[in-house]
Amino acid sequence: MSTDPAITVDGRPIPLGETDPHQPLLHFLRERGLTGVKEGCAEGECGACAVVVVAPEGEASRFVTVNSCLVPAVGLAGREVLTVHGLADGDELHPAQAAMVETGGSQCGYCTPGFVVSLFAEYYREGRTPGEVWDESIGGNLCRCTGYRPIRDALASLGAPTDDRHKRRLAQVTDAPPSFAHRCTIEDGSEVRFHRPASLTELFAILAKEPEAKLVAGGTDVYVEVNQLDRRWPVLVALEGVRELQTIADTDDALTIGAGVPLSRIEDELGEAVPMFGELFPLFSSRLIRNRATLGGNLINASPIGDSPPALLGLDAKVVLASASGERELPLSELFLDYRKTALQAGEILKAVVVPKPFPTIQRFYKVSKRIMDDISTVAAGFGLWLDDSGTITKARLGYGGVAATPVRATEAEDALVGRPFDAAAMVHASTFLGTAFTPMTDHRGSARYREAMVSRLLEKLHAELTPEAAE
Amino acid sequence: MSDSSPQTRRKHVGRSISHESARGHVTGEALYTDDLVPRTKNVLHGWPVIVDHAHARVKRIDPTKALAREGVVTVLTGDDVPGVGNVGAAKQDEPLFPDVVQYHGQAVAWVLAESEPIARRAAAEVVVEVEPLDPIVTIEDAIAAESFHTKELKIERLAEGKGDMAAALAACPHRTSGELHVGGQEHFYLEAQAALVYVDEGDQVMVHASTQHPTETQLIVARVLGVPSHAVTCQSLRMGGAFGGKEVQANTWACVAAVGALKTGRPVRVRLDRQRDMFLTGKRHPFLGRYEVGYDDEGRIHALSIDLFSDGGYSLDLSHPVLARALFHVDNCYDVPSLRVTGRVCKTHKTSQTAFRGFGGPQGMVVGEDAFDRVARELGIAPHEVRAKNFYTDGSRTHYDQEVRDADRIEKIWSQLSETASLTERLAEIEAFNAAHDHTKRGLAITPVKFGISFTTAFFNQAGALVLLYADGSVQVSHGGTEMGQGLHTKMLQVAADALGLDLEAIRMMPTRTDKVPNTSATAASSGSDLNGQAVRDACNAIRERLAEVAAGILECTADDVVFEGGEVFRTDGKGERLPFGKVAKAAYLDRVPLFATGYYKTPNIHFDEEAGRGHPFHYFAYGAAVTEVEVDGFTGQYRFLRTDILHDVGDSMSPKVDLGQVEGGYIQGVGWLTREELVWNADGRLATRGASTYKLPSLDECPPDFRVALMEKAADPTVIHGSKAVGEPPFMLAISAREALRAAVAAFGEGKGPVELGCPSTPEAVYWAIEAQRSAGAAVAAAAEE
Ligand SMILES: Cc1cc2nc3c(=O)[nH]c(=O)nc-3n(C[C@H](O)[C@H](O)[C@H](O)COP(=O)(O)OP(=O)(O)OC[C@H]3O[C@@H](n4cnc5c(N)ncnc54)[C@H](O)[C@@H]3O)c2cc1C
Ligand code: FES
Ligand code: FES
Repeated sequence: MSTDPAITVDGRPIPLGETDPHQPLLHFLRERGLTGVKEGCAEGECGACAVVVVAPEGEASRFVTVNSCLVPAVGLAGREVLTVHGLADGDELHPAQAAMVETGGSQCGYCTPGFVVSLFAEYYREGRTPGEVWDESIGGNLCRCTGYRPIRDALASLGAPTDDRHKRRLAQVTDAPPSFAHRCTIEDGSEVRFHRPASLTELFAILAKEPEAKLVAGGTDVYVEVNQLDRRWPVLVALEGVRELQTIADTDDALTIGAGVPLSRIEDELGEAVPMFGELFPLFSSRLIRNRATLGGNLINASPIGDSPPALLGLDAKVVLASASGERELPLSELFLDYRKTALQAGEILKAVVVPKPFPTIQRFYKVSKRIMDDISTVAAGFGLWLDDSGTITKARLGYGGVAATPVRATEAEDALVGRPFDAAAMVHASTFLGTAFTPMTDHRGSARYREAMVSRLLEKLHAELTPEAAE
Repeated sequence: MSDSSPQTRRKHVGRSISHESARGHVTGEALYTDDLVPRTKNVLHGWPVIVDHAHARVKRIDPTKALAREGVVTVLTGDDVPGVGNVGAAKQDEPLFPDVVQYHGQAVAWVLAESEPIARRAAAEVVVEVEPLDPIVTIEDAIAAESFHTKELKIERLAEGKGDMAAALAACPHRTSGELHVGGQEHFYLEAQAALVYVDEGDQVMVHASTQHPTETQLIVARVLGVPSHAVTCQSLRMGGAFGGKEVQANTWACVAAVGALKTGRPVRVRLDRQRDMFLTGKRHPFLGRYEVGYDDEGRIHALSIDLFSDGGYSLDLSHPVLARALFHVDNCYDVPSLRVTGRVCKTHKTSQTAFRGFGGPQGMVVGEDAFDRVARELGIAPHEVRAKNFYTDGSRTHYDQEVRDADRIEKIWSQLSETASLTERLAEIEAFNAAHDHTKRGLAITPVKFGISFTTAFFNQAGALVLLYADGSVQVSHGGTEMGQGLHTKMLQVAADALGLDLEAIRMMPTRTDKVPNTSATAASSGSDLNGQAVRDACNAIRERLAEVAAGILECTADDVVFEGGEVFRTDGKGERLPFGKVAKAAYLDRVPLFATGYYKTPNIHFDEEAGRGHPFHYFAYGAAVTEVEVDGFTGQYRFLRTDILHDVGDSMSPKVDLGQVEGGYIQGVGWLTREELVWNADGRLATRGASTYKLPSLDECPPDFRVALMEKAADPTVIHGSKAVGEPPFMLAISAREALRAAVAAFGEGKGPVELGCPSTPEAVYWAIEAQRSAGAAVAAAAEE
């Protein structure tokens, strides 16, 4: 086990000391005077706290932007972080900074460090062509002052990266997070322990000894609870170092995605092969969040308004649950037992998500929300239809979120579709089973009535969008 | 105080420069109030003890358990207040430690501890026993209970020969009426409220606060501590956004910190995290508007009667002037011969609603525009035609009897923008697009803006500045205005540089402090650069004139023949030496000439008689117009903005990059208010939308991919500094074009006839229901036709 309890920030090691594993990196940095890292929300929405984590990428490295408000500081032990303070070279601004000055991208300046960090990472992104405007690269940053136009211009103005010290750093190797353990005494005198195992074997050994352990994958749910609800646990176990959870395997029968793979990696590697993913991820939080968030976390969090469940239900996915004593596979629909309650048993973790082949002939993900970019669903739907050569529906999966206490399939409507051609009449027929299938509720995101309407409207939308005569 | 003193030339004013602190912003070196905390030793952290009722009597507060927690230093309650325990600005109706809770989540005590996590945990352990009382949550509840903060405000102007409003309406060929709920808005300045207070030697209280109004913060801290103003100094370093939300609402946190600092002898930090900021601080006022409008076949509006109710929340705050500004703006750009508007501030058990960019103007204007759109759709005339038919023209007077100076700009902007935005062609294209698409419709709308500039409270229209010239020729400029991102310091820097003939680098803008300039007004009402600019220039001019005398002696000419430019001082005729500015400063110092000066300005001729509803509340008007195009999905009501064109009047821009930023930012913020930003209160008065995850600000996606903004050319206003006009608030209302564009798209889902009821904010759900109403109206028409 590594014993070097420090984070390298802007090239300087900062010892962890008695850091509470609940303390987000944001506060860790600010307490040490790195106040350019700003707090705007402490729930991953505004990006004012964005920093770069240097991550392994084969024999080289990658700059990954994260919301420092949702990352435990201790989880970065032995790793390298860049903040807004470490980008310029003395008096010479980094091109990302210079661009923001030039376009007038800062007004009050409070969101600016976060945007600068996002622009900085984008500047070095493999495959970016100068002049390209990839909105997603700054989509996790909010600005209340500018209206974004000058910031988008700053993004567009970024040239090709020069051979500067950051570029040279990227050419060097970065190690995967080694296993690490930390303990400290917090305010009320109790002890909090933190583990970052590197393998499943290590993980299960820890879980055997620490049955109360709270698992942390990306932490994008867990640290929202820490910050917003003041939640505390005696033991936290980070999964990000567990190598078996980081794999994606593609065989003839199925695609198997490790529960700990960050969503942005699934998006990049599978977004084209699986159109459902290509549609899902750009609508799922922001790139900043997706750089940390995982499928494991999204599924085990089991929120009825989580977005991957309806998409994965539409793909007829299965989950692999693992424990010290072995593994078992479950259809995803059987994972969700009740409101935020899953079939996961004590000592078990979610290891992987299996997407069986063939993939559905027609697959579509829809998300109804107030804001299109980075919002939580009012209603979400993942539709998978398998058609034979004659165009007859042989299998249907209609996954919904936001309409019941758990993510659900509309099984009666699915059955009603099978054996029919993909046409308007089939949709109308299926819709008759949707009307009363669910029990949506009214909240600040939308009324029950609206949610109910969306259930069948989205199916109509699917048909309208895919039918030549209506293809407008 | 002429713009063209023979001694200086305009070099910096009017130039596009980046924000004065841009470098600090992009490097993270620019400091905000809470950034001072890790730079200060021994700080205590505050956390509020709150009550989860909207209305309740506090019976007992028991801090025993909290005090026993290690690291807790004290729990502040009303007993700790040495002076007056009330922070209300307009009226003393905001107890710092209330006996009766007046809104959900109100703080009744504050824990001070060695760290924020400890304070937070301890706050949850303070026992507060309460007796719940019935809350009044909605405007309708308040009206029914006759729960009001103020008496009715009324402005009425009747066309000649009309005895009263009823007669004026009755005389119109057509009449219609409507009702509109206008939502509030969370400021969501990215930097939440923050204060850090410590007591220096000699009991001098140093207050660092993120406040738009340092003088008021100073005053109220002094009142709460029971000390004279001279014992308190307030500094507002810079703010990470404010938008009106830190005009009066920054005071409470500074007061809590001050009481704590006095009690403990240690620096105290009180900052709100986002969640607490959202449920503890006031917002833009929600409004209810009811109107009746009379018009003719051509779409000329002859009579309009509007009743407004604003939701003021629990205390008076700025609700009265906010309501007044709503009444002043229902007319927008339209000359309505008989116009009557009344207003009342409802008292509810909510946060105290407060200033927010536009200050009631937007709410009044949206209700007025709703009436105009209704008339157009009742008549089946294009809304932009109805609007244009009713414009003010030169010589027109408003319903409160102020001349609409430069009214010709309304039509000028309108026609120029229609042209550059290809209005006619695009309307035709959209009609074709809509005819070809059943499930997706586009809408486009053009709307104008006229916005009155000045504080409507006359005495606020004054400003001061202090300019210090050091003997080496470098300069510090202080003024009463605060920097919140609007670029005030940038403009002031330009003004000072030109007035002294210096390069920008020779001048340093100082953080706003009450020990530099006393008795200042809030930086608000878009008036920051109008007022402070004159004061800064006044001070600079005084120094320059003194230096000119000195230079004249060296250059052997008269003072009038001395020119200050680019850091040099020389003769107009080019003869003699070019003296470095620093050399003249040094010579002046040795000559015993004072090298510092104060500047002062007050806006002339501002008055309003509230009883009569007549007067001259504004120094001038700013104008603009916007065209917005949107695409709406008929299945879900979701939409995307495609293109926006804006032409806006900022006079002669002092700083085009800054002004452009204000126009764009204001527009997008307005679009947020009218579309996706929805405040939801539960029936018990609890704010349900209390974080960025539930309250959706505009994101990058809401910035139209095609966004064309231009500033009106040759627009100098000779009565304002350097011919410029205020720009902070007016562009906010350009966003009404987005709401009307949505309405146009919604109408396209139906028969395109008759009024379109559209909720405000027009969330995707609101749009969906509006579409459904159009579709069923269309279906009913079709069914009737079949019979
Ligand atoms: C700003 C923001 C925006 C968001 N937007 C969206 C959105 O658009 N759509 C959406 O669906 N969600 C959204 N979320 C929610 C969140 O990002 C997801 O739920 C995320 O996928 C959780 O993954 P994680 O790895 O961060 O989980 P964590 O926070 O690490 O964990 C979540 C839960 O799962 C458990 N857990 C994690 N991994 C495992 C495992 N392998 N085995 C067993 N238990 C495990 C943890 O113990 C915890 O209880 C958003 C969150 C934020 C902060
Ligand atoms: S503080 Fe807003 S995302 Fe971290
Ligand atoms: S510049 Fe103020 S929030 Fe972006």
